[in-house]
Amino acid sequence: MLTGWGRTSPTSAMTLAVSDEADVVAAVAAQAERPTRGILARGLGRSYGDSAQDGGGVVLDMTGLSGVTRTQSRVRAQAGASLDALLRRFVPEGYFVPVTPGTRFVTVGGAIAADIHGKNHHVEGSFGTHVRSLALVTGTADAITAGPGERSEEFWATVGGMGLTGVITEAEFDLLPIETSRMRVDTERFDDLETLMAAMAEGDHRYRYSVAWVDSLSATGRGVLTRGDHAALADLSSRVGDPLAYDPRPRLAAPAWMPTGLLNRASVRAFNEAWFRKAPRRRTGEIQSIPAFFHPLDGVRHWNRVYGRAGFLQYQFVVPDHAGELVGQALQRLRAAGAPSFLTVLKRFGDGNAAPLSFPRAGWTLAADVPAGIAGLGDVLDGLDAAVVAAGGRHYLAKDSRMSAATLASGYPRLAEWQAVRARLDPRGVFRSDQARRLGLAVG
Amino acid sequence: MINAVGEPQSVLVLGGGSDIAGAVLRALPAPRLERVVLAGRRSPALEARAAELRGRGISDVEIVDFDARDTTAHGPLVDGVFNRGDIDVVILAFGILGDQASLEADPAAAVDLVTVNYVGAVSSGLHVARRLRAQGHGRLVVLSSVAGDRARRANFVYGSSKAGLDAFAQGLGDAVAGSGASVLVVRPGFVRTSMTEGLAEAPFATDADAVAAVVVTALGKGRETVYAPGVLRPVMGAIKVLPRAVFRRLPG
Repeated sequence: MLTGWGRTSPTSAMTLAVSDEADVVAAVAAQAERPTRGILARGLGRSYGDSAQDGGGVVLDMTGLSGVTRTQSRVRAQAGASLDALLRRFVPEGYFVPVTPGTRFVTVGGAIAADIHGKNHHVEGSFGTHVRSLALVTGTADAITAGPGERSEEFWATVGGMGLTGVITEAEFDLLPIETSRMRVDTERFDDLETLMAAMAEGDHRYRYSVAWVDSLSATGRGVLTRGDHAALADLSSRVGDPLAYDPRPRLAAPAWMPTGLLNRASVRAFNEAWFRKAPRRRTGEIQSIPAFFHPLDGVRHWNRVYGRAGFLQYQFVVPDHAGELVGQALQRLRAAGAPSFLTVLKRFGDGNAAPLSFPRAGWTLAADVPAGIAGLGDVLDGLDAAVVAAGGRHYLAKDSRMSAATLASGYPRLAEWQAVRARLDPRGVFRSDQARRLGLAVG
Repeated sequence: MINAVGEPQSVLVLGGGSDIAGAVLRALPAPRLERVVLAGRRSPALEARAAELRGRGISDVEIVDFDARDTTAHGPLVDGVFNRGDIDVVILAFGILGDQASLEADPAAAVDLVTVNYVGAVSSGLHVARRLRAQGHGRLVVLSSVAGDRARRANFVYGSSKAGLDAFAQGLGDAVAGSGASVLVVRPGFVRTSMTEGLAEAPFATDADAVAAVVVTALGKGRETVYAPGVLRPVMGAIKVLPRAVFRRLPG
């Protein structure tokens, strides 16, 4: 049985481990010859909902395609290579990935298919923006290459295309040269959402990385803003040994079985209080490790289990700057619904890219983890959906596990354009996912 | 697909005219519900139910002819429904109660009751399970009865048919475990519906809406067996272990 990271809506499929492009071509060819329930690539299963599952179909476990080569800053990685593997290998050599989300346990293929973003979106855009070319096995089992300058329609339909235009087998992109493996971080605490957002709007452009954590249970929307950049050699004291040392080993693991109800308003309130108090009112130039700055939750393996059997979802939307008040409204409505969230993250996006289904666009994005079993949650989120799309916003497919087809269509006005390119790449509708079925994404 | 907050998109009701199934259709979280197939014998009541569902904004409501006795038709019928698109929830709700005295006097009528309640359920249930397995997800809700927990003198023909249905449904649930499909066995007590109209109420009598609420909660929690009302679980547990001599003397 497969689920996303939120552990909701399990479905069963035949999982097929592939280890090279020929395996992928053979598997897709078998489906193209006699389409049944479709086929889909799956990486490390970090999308929250049903994006990487295909009930009754064939799911390709891509993690065996993990080869990586580097020439200067240009890297050529097979789709199943994880950002974790790239960081372990290249940080000590003085290079960083162009974009990393809040977890390093995502594959290159998944990073492109979801067009992931990170703390640097306001400056450097999403992952797809950095991809120079990719190799794709289409629905007719043809292996093609595409990039921003060659087969660009196919390329941009695949960036953010959730695996529905084909199976990405390989990609080339540029790494960021770094002098050290440390981060130089400024932290500021704000007692209310308004001043927090004002500080972000005013000063984010001075930092490569920026993100805010918001106390979802506080009525004022207090939060902690952390911004920074890679530390230069000059920023490190002489006591630091190897400036490029990198050790991301997890420190803890959540047990396989967690009682439901462990996460409740009281425990989340206590966590949020401690998290807020722990942050200094203002501190500049603090040196942090890469895992501490980018991937704090990766330090606890299987942290998604703390939500128990009912699982959880992450509600993430983006709204344009002029609708920034929706951030506060969303927090207020989630609080009123009794949805305790200890991971509530606010960020400013820069401009989006050319991909029709890419999520980021200029404005504010809020992401809140919510236990899925809360009574009435569906209606509360439907209400928020309506407000978000009415304001010209949209929702992130890699997080979605419940939105309606109408919400998707309103949020992504270029959906039909994407569907036309997909129909060309996959004329028989071989690539399917539960999410595609649920949202009518892959029609035909 | 049933989404992360438990909202289904499509429902098939076998025995589309059932009062309890109608109540379940009203109680299910419906914001994503876009397709309902009512399989049953065409009647004004069934047409009215379809119209009511359409009135609630469900775009695709369909009535298909279904007779539990006509088992050779079950495969094509189930395939036809699933070929048009995945079904998230199937409610197996058909059944007849019969009058015990008449059934004892007319074995052919007893055979017909057992054919509908048990044979028809085995046939249609297996066809549904085959398709749920193939799609890798979906829930089959089987309306059993406490009457199947221990057959009583007063309605043992019906009770035995439900005992068979219940055992079948439990086994089917075990058979599909791990396939993405699952089976929820519902054991209501006495439910005030058109089927029981005019009968003396048994203790812990309930109504269709209360049963539906229990079903929807159990679906949300992924339960496999549920009594309605819940108090019947310990009550039936006790009744099942009563000595025959005592059980036989119980009223009703």
